[in-house]
Amino acid sequence: MKVLVPVKRVIDYNVKVRVKADGSGVDLANVKMSMNPFDEIAVEQAIRLKEAGKADEVIAVSIGVKQAQETLRTALAMGADRAILVVASEDVNTDIEPLAVAKILKAIVDEEQPGLVLAGKQAIDNDMNATGQMLSALLGWSQGTFASGLDIEGDHALVTREVDGGLQTIKVKMPSIVTVDLRLNEPRYASLPNIMKAKKKPLDEKTAADYGVDVTPRLTVTGTAEPEARKAGEIVGSVDELVSKLKEAGAV
Amino acid sequence: MAVLLLAEVTDGELNVDATSKAVTAAAKLGDVTALCCGASAAAAGEAAAKIKGITKVLVAEDASLGHRLAEPTAALIVGLAGDYEHIVAPATTDAKNVLPRVAALLDVMVISDVSGIIDGDTFERPIYAGNAIQTVKSTDGKKVVSIRTSTFDAAEDGGSASVETISAAADPALSEWVEDKVAASDRPDLTSAGVVVSGGRGVGSKDDFAMIEALADALGAAVGASRAAVDSGYAPNDWQVGQTGKVVAPDLYVAVGISGAIQHLAGMKDSKIIVAINKDEEAPIFQVADYGLVADLFDAVPELTKKLS
Repeated sequence: MKVLVPVKRVIDYNVKVRVKADGSGVDLANVKMSMNPFDEIAVEQAIRLKEAGKADEVIAVSIGVKQAQETLRTALAMGADRAILVVASEDVNTDIEPLAVAKILKAIVDEEQPGLVLAGKQAIDNDMNATGQMLSALLGWSQGTFASGLDIEGDHALVTREVDGGLQTIKVKMPSIVTVDLRLNEPRYASLPNIMKAKKKPLDEKTAADYGVDVTPRLTVTGTAEPEARKAGEIVGSVDELVSKLKEAGAV
Repeated sequence: MAVLLLAEVTDGELNVDATSKAVTAAAKLGDVTALCCGASAAAAGEAAAKIKGITKVLVAEDASLGHRLAEPTAALIVGLAGDYEHIVAPATTDAKNVLPRVAALLDVMVISDVSGIIDGDTFERPIYAGNAIQTVKSTDGKKVVSIRTSTFDAAEDGGSASVETISAAADPALSEWVEDKVAASDRPDLTSAGVVVSGGRGVGSKDDFAMIEALADALGAAVGASRAAVDSGYAPNDWQVGQTGKVVAPDLYVAVGISGAIQHLAGMKDSKIIVAINKDEEAPIFQVADYGLVADLFDAVPELTKKLS
């Protein structure tokens, strides 16, 4: 079984995001970019499936700007076998919408015929939480979202999902799309020898047009603003002072 | 203009808080028809009919809809979509599972976690863990929108909508429910509680989390946790507050032993009053706190619990 893992290049999760003064978006110039943390968990899970003999090949895919090949090299260094880069924009400020990403991924799935797609549950830039579900819809496959557990048993998989009330386990028919949550695993770091080896692994470069997908956004961004800042509070000296402040404010 | 609202129904029961907050948002878009679906949903439908702002309730009962599996629920909504311009739901994990699937089947973009409605096409939503608010205008014929409930007030009760029973769509039979692991609790629901007490990595262990729970009980509060505390196994996943967990905006939020990582602030910075207790005076949580106490939580929390009981 092949496992396909879409990965996204996003602002590193440690970077403090700044909105551009003209309100046209978020400042992406000279900012550290990394693989979306949820996608790292998906890559790790795919590699573990291969190590356990449940998958034969792990293919990482990234859709976006040319620079996303660095993200794919990271996936290859972690242990993915090969990579596909789909250049869908020249401009780093253009975010390809989940619907267009799902359409491109569907075309790749049609070509590669993986038995499983493992995706991050959401990207930490646009916080959409949509691509996996959309891909599943377009393929007419089952979906197991927000997974903190995954057990593949022949023609189906048990997926434990993190939901509002706690945990839900469902049985999905394979092939399936599983989107991963934080507690599924702890991703490995790539070792230096593996980083060197990754440079020689195959990385195909394609364009959105190669798959006949129109990536024109359906949502026009008309503005981006800083959220309202909270006003500075005060440091209290003791528990007693805290209790009296809270009583004054009518909070307790 | 007609709006189809997917009501939040769990095990046959309507989540009135989440649903009625989404109604407030949906009512800005047009006449609201609420869809209650599940293995049993009639009681939920009756409850939804009483929410002001809902003009009609559709009830779909079928075993396939029993656990809000995405595939049959999405198929049902897509079958109804022809009559509506907007398809809306509170941004719960159920809706986040279902709505993007609906949107893709309709060939439209989903608009997730909307915090403001400008007009029928234009919406505000937080991005980058709430560090920026983006305004987007949809060019799609239909809009599929999930609502961040913490930013809308609940619609009042006192409505009297008509209730109609409809059939489920054919079940694609792609997945089946196996089990739920839900911890029973007498505490208020985290997303609708007026007071939330959360613990972080500083609490140090699952056993010591009992101290956070005791303070919560003294305040009649719900218990929350930071991602670090959940990752470390101190607290269950459904307590997580943050970018990828629950978003809360209570009247009082007490953060104990939480440093205040960006992704945690994303889930609680709209709270009315924030109290932070942390021994590290440099902790970023103090930058958003109204009242900060620099202290060892193992001394301060029991003392606070005692003085508030």
